[in-house]
Amino acid sequence: MSEAEMVHARERGHEPELKHHFDDPDQQLDSSTLGMWVFLLTEVMFFGGMFAGYTIYRNTYPDAFASTSRFMNLAIGSINTAVLIFSSFTMVLAVRSAQLGRKKALIGFLVITLFLGLVFLGLKGVEYHEKWVDHHIPGPGFRYEEPQYFHQAQILFFLYFAMTGLHALHMVVGVGLLVTLIAMAARNRFSAHWFTPIEMVGLYWHFVDIVWIFLFPLLYLIGRT
Amino acid sequence: MSTTLPLPLTEQKKNYLNEDYSWKSWLFTTDHKRIALLYLFSITAFFFVGGAFAVGMRLNLMTPEGLFDHETYNKLFTMHGIIMVFFFLVPSIPATLGNFLIPMMIGARDLAFPRINLLSWYIYIVGGIFVLTAVVRGGVDTGWTFYAPFSTTYSNTHVIVAALAIFISGFSSILTGLNFIVTIHKMRAPGMTWSRLPLFVWSHYATSIIQVLGTPVIAITLVLLGMERIFQAGLFDPALGGDPVLFQHLFWFYSHPAVYIMILPGMGVISEIVPCFSRKGVFGYTFVALSSIAIAVLGFLVWGHHLFVAGQSMYASMVFSLISFMVAVPSAIKVFNWTATMYKGSVSFDTPMLYAFGFIGLFTIGGLTGLFLATMAIDVHVTDTYFVIAHFHYVMVGGMVMAYLGGVHFWFPKITGRLYPEGWAKFATLVVFVGFNLTFFPQFILGYQGMPRRYAHYAPEFQVLNVMSTAGASILAVGYLLPIIYLTWAWKNGPISPKNPWKAKGLEWEQAPSPPPKFNFEHQPIVNEPPYNYSGEETETTDVRS
Repeated sequence: MSEAEMVHARERGHEPELKHHFDDPDQQLDSSTLGMWVFLLTEVMFFGGMFAGYTIYRNTYPDAFASTSRFMNLAIGSINTAVLIFSSFTMVLAVRSAQLGRKKALIGFLVITLFLGLVFLGLKGVEYHEKWVDHHIPGPGFRYEEPQYFHQAQILFFLYFAMTGLHALHMVVGVGLLVTLIAMAARNRFSAHWFTPIEMVGLYWHFVDIVWIFLFPLLYLIGRT
Repeated sequence: MSTTLPLPLTEQKKNYLNEDYSWKSWLFTTDHKRIALLYLFSITAFFFVGGAFAVGMRLNLMTPEGLFDHETYNKLFTMHGIIMVFFFLVPSIPATLGNFLIPMMIGARDLAFPRINLLSWYIYIVGGIFVLTAVVRGGVDTGWTFYAPFSTTYSNTHVIVAALAIFISGFSSILTGLNFIVTIHKMRAPGMTWSRLPLFVWSHYATSIIQVLGTPVIAITLVLLGMERIFQAGLFDPALGGDPVLFQHLFWFYSHPAVYIMILPGMGVISEIVPCFSRKGVFGYTFVALSSIAIAVLGFLVWGHHLFVAGQSMYASMVFSLISFMVAVPSAIKVFNWTATMYKGSVSFDTPMLYAFGFIGLFTIGGLTGLFLATMAIDVHVTDTYFVIAHFHYVMVGGMVMAYLGGVHFWFPKITGRLYPEGWAKFATLVVFVGFNLTFFPQFILGYQGMPRRYAHYAPEFQVLNVMSTAGASILAVGYLLPIIYLTWAWKNGPISPKNPWKAKGLEWEQAPSPPPKFNFEHQPIVNEPPYNYSGEETETTDVRS
């Protein structure tokens, strides 16, 4: 449906975004929302497997795990935490702008959120590079400053890369979704009546932030008490 | 005959099958009924691929010295397990009958997310391409359980390709479950309350919960397995400070609930067939419905019974053993209630009902031998023997495959608008039943006598029972090929089916033509009677919309 047709349909009181198999827009929105929450439950279990592994090994090797957190870049980790929390805030503002039908504000907040996501990923890249330089990548090239913890620390760094890597992958997907939303918003696809994708991506973005809120203390702070 | 009969009515009407014949209309369809058929053909293909590996195994076990070397035999049972579990049993009933029937049973025009439904099929196919790649490039020899550190360090086969295949196909399972949960919550027709929901839908709801919560755990476990295989950081390697039992915990956290993914939908099918062919409402509807949920919940808490001999704490084992016994309670509730449903009903012996009888008997044997295995002392004796194989196949083949075939026959007239040849179908049921028992019953004895699983060669005293088992497997193979032949024939040439040939209750039979039109119903159905109302109870006349 072209843009003009959609505007026209809306003016006549039709719901252009209502799919044929739903009775009304409320049912459609309820379904999308429930679907998104169920998907996020799946994501919780997806990360949960690794958090379980982390918990087991941290209880088995508490000293070794504590020692590794001294080799994490606390400054970058803290900045990234702040960046993500702030990006959640701008995401909420984007959803609010969509509710009010303010297109310019919507696009603006989405762009800021996107920018913050990219900042996070860039800083994460810097950190990964540091790990490479320090030989903290698990595998044949792995070195560790405290030899008595060599194997245990290698397991921690393995989990570090698995957990933050999967989190970063989710950020990349989130960035892609934000780009899509910005493009859709620019083409006037959203209105105060229909902005479901923005709400759904918002939920996703908050979820990815929350995962980081757990990762940050577990990986960066445990040895610094 | 002098007069020409008019063309049958169903042939003239537009339905989901004849509205468009182009290949695009199939590959880009978002109609849940067409996607169900796409799944039906794909999983049937994988069933026969997986079956071919089983044929290889049974041929090998004809003689104590065997046909194949150890390595080949390891690959045969691994590929048999991977394909049958992840590419047949997990999607079998949910993705085909569930996909086709859930929207129809609750009076909806489609699933909540039709495009995600199509996506799930494509993901399944991509996963299938990966698993076939693993087969073609020489197979995998770790067993379908991928135990570390063998799978991470020592195996020289295509473990990562196979793990990726399972990882990918897992997402198709997650998306199917997600779609069902939302559909069942949000898309029910007016008057279709939770206490009127067909038990097939209830059992799929329970299945979906497991799919959504369990599958991501196996996905991440396989990611860790693949990464460990590449980096060799020692995550599951005791020599490097890792814990191989952690892998087993993570693996079974999904893979035990997964057996409930594989059996609950079968129970749903039986709960539809039994009242229809007993002409009686289901005995204890609420208990049967809630027992599905109980199985899903308890099923998440029993995985440790796979680790009784893996060095797990004895106290943990006791708790897991106890909860494993508790799962038997809701399963038994179902079996007793189906039996009570038949009591004083007017039972007829059509093919779907024969499969239901088969299911109830064989599932009971499979379930009760599961209690043997939940008992720690006995489990130590029969761990990794053919007893476990026999138990598992009594539930999965005797249970799930029987229910699947029963369901396919029961809803065949709805899906195709044609009737299948009843005589051939009954004959095939008998062949399947005889072949199945001859294949797997000797394996209980073999296991009890101590024949270990996963060995290419065995001691000579086990030969008689193994030959019986192989003979049974060849009969079973005939039993599985027969329906392919006569159902394909009937799809083109069978007599035209009336709308409701079984006089069954349920929206899919009473309110929709056979085959249904694209959006399932000609009018929005409204439900105003209790479920399985075979006795014709008074229907309420109040406006259900209020």
